[in-house]
Amino acid sequence: MSRSSWDRFQNFSFILPALVIFSIFYIYPFFYTFILSFQDYDFISTPKFIGFSNFREVLTDKEWWSSMYNGAFITFWALTFQNILAFMLALGVDRVIRMNKFYRVVFFMLPILSEIIIGLLMKQLLSSEPLGRDIFNRWITNLGLGFLAQDWLGTQHVRLVTALVHCWKGFGWAFVIFLAGLQNIPQQLYEAAHIDGASAWQVFRKITLPLLTPVIALVLVLTILGTMQAFAMILALTGGAGGLTEVPVMRIYNHLRFRLVGLACGEGVILGLILIVVSFGMFFISKKIREKYGVLPS
Amino acid sequence: MGYYRVKKIIILVILHTFLMSVALSCLLPFFWMINVSFKSQEEFDNGYVAKKVFSPQQLEKLLTSKIAKEAKFNPKFLIWNVSSEDMLRVKLTQLKIEDKDKILKIWRKTRDYGLRPPLSLNLTNYKEVIFKEGFWRYFLNSVFYTFVTVCFIVIISSLAAYAFSRLHFPGRNVIFYMFLAAMMIPLPAGFVPVYVLLNKFHLVNRTGYVLAMTNMGLSLSIYLLKTFFDQLPKDLEDAARIDGCNKLRIWWNVGLPLVAPALGVVIIFNALNVWNEFVLASLMFTAEELMPLQVGLMEFSNRMVTQHTLIASALTVAALPIIILYLRLQRQFIKGLTAGAMVG
Repeated sequence: MSRSSWDRFQNFSFILPALVIFSIFYIYPFFYTFILSFQDYDFISTPKFIGFSNFREVLTDKEWWSSMYNGAFITFWALTFQNILAFMLALGVDRVIRMNKFYRVVFFMLPILSEIIIGLLMKQLLSSEPLGRDIFNRWITNLGLGFLAQDWLGTQHVRLVTALVHCWKGFGWAFVIFLAGLQNIPQQLYEAAHIDGASAWQVFRKITLPLLTPVIALVLVLTILGTMQAFAMILALTGGAGGLTEVPVMRIYNHLRFRLVGLACGEGVILGLILIVVSFGMFFISKKIREKYGVLPS
Repeated sequence: MGYYRVKKIIILVILHTFLMSVALSCLLPFFWMINVSFKSQEEFDNGYVAKKVFSPQQLEKLLTSKIAKEAKFNPKFLIWNVSSEDMLRVKLTQLKIEDKDKILKIWRKTRDYGLRPPLSLNLTNYKEVIFKEGFWRYFLNSVFYTFVTVCFIVIISSLAAYAFSRLHFPGRNVIFYMFLAAMMIPLPAGFVPVYVLLNKFHLVNRTGYVLAMTNMGLSLSIYLLKTFFDQLPKDLEDAARIDGCNKLRIWWNVGLPLVAPALGVVIIFNALNVWNEFVLASLMFTAEELMPLQVGLMEFSNRMVTQHTLIASALTVAALPIIILYLRLQRQFIKGLTAGAMVG
């Protein structure tokens, strides 16, 4: 008996380091967020319990909701433009035989690099005089598209440009997942459809799309979660542009820098809840779609 | 027959044009970045004209006048430090230079802000960025954080994964599901309580950062390694046990070598995560000697807004090692980065 409990202790000690670090840096902070969100704390004075007033402040704060709008705006572009582009590229690369490795390597280079590098590089290219040099405008002028030249990071376009740069950084990631999904589809299905005389559109509609639904749902959920939490690239690219491209996490970050810990936690809790609801909703919807269109078990 | 062939070729051409244009849009900014990093700010901002365009008398005139500025690193070119074409025209008129239009044309063409190859491979930008601006330190800091964190994660998560897969102890499944749940729940402001906590424990230093980053990669690594362990046969471990190995030695001598492929994915996923991490590092490290590369880059670009060529070389210093590593280990990188997605 004592031998077996010693044995079990030995076994348990294998997970002990992981468990200790996990408890200190995940479980404790997880609950600590909720505690802090009911407090007024600035790192110096003792925390004061102030009830729901942080949450009240967040929920009635116009700037918070405008930052949520900005996040949703960028997410909308990532969901549509980025993912459709990635899907088309994946379909294309799946079909070509030559160069397909080259394309894969190039497309996946951007997701590897840090958000700061991407943000600063695009800032160099897009910003106009006197701070920048209008590089991008010069390029399109050389291509004969000079009439499109704009002050890309000016108040008029900055939000859309930020969204597009985000898509530019992220499409490679969605592309790789779509491509992996496409290559998992058994080749016999296509052959059978070909023998039955199905048109390309029918093959796409009846084989490719339904078999990819789980992958598409996964990419959509991860896009929402990732984009709503992205902010380092935007900080590097625009620094918030006076609120025009301020996203929720940037607001939380800035509040923490201004030592408004309770408020930052309140915002974090609200954003986290919204994200959980949205991602569960998405999974639910995709499950319904899968049931309705009767996808083959894979 | 012919019809289908033609159709196929047309489709392929359209396809390649589309793919190629997207690929170019990915590569061009980086080409520009590396190209500009070799230029001086003067060369970047201004046009230049080869000396041999001028006759000796003209050259004499230009060099003795103050408006011509010769690039020290290259004796073949003249670089004018003027901000607009009109200004150069006026100055050339003042000096009574013939062929004004020809010179202006060359000047205009060479003033392209970075797409032309640099006049010479001049490394002064890199020297300044790396040594004077302290990027060597940021770089070594990033290497340190990444290396230590990844070592921690590999050892701690493989120990735990081995236990979850092979050993029995009370609460095994509950604890494993707890780690799983941590992966699923989005914590958009997770850095806030962690930072407050580190402040409280006086851990706003290298140790605290490494520990916090270790925790970030733990759940996914444990999950990946555990599923890999589950697929392996137990025979080798049984043999080792019969030979009298204790559990720790079985983990080290049998378990770890067997999961080496999965370890590669874990290492790359976590190394990239730590290397690219910005939020927590920027909150914790305000002292320059502790900053990792991402924070250093951000600070540097805020300080040097108009030094475009310096910023380009700083960006190259930060990006190129990763790009080169990626080109060497593409397969592992792709697996490593999509591993997180595939779990869901």
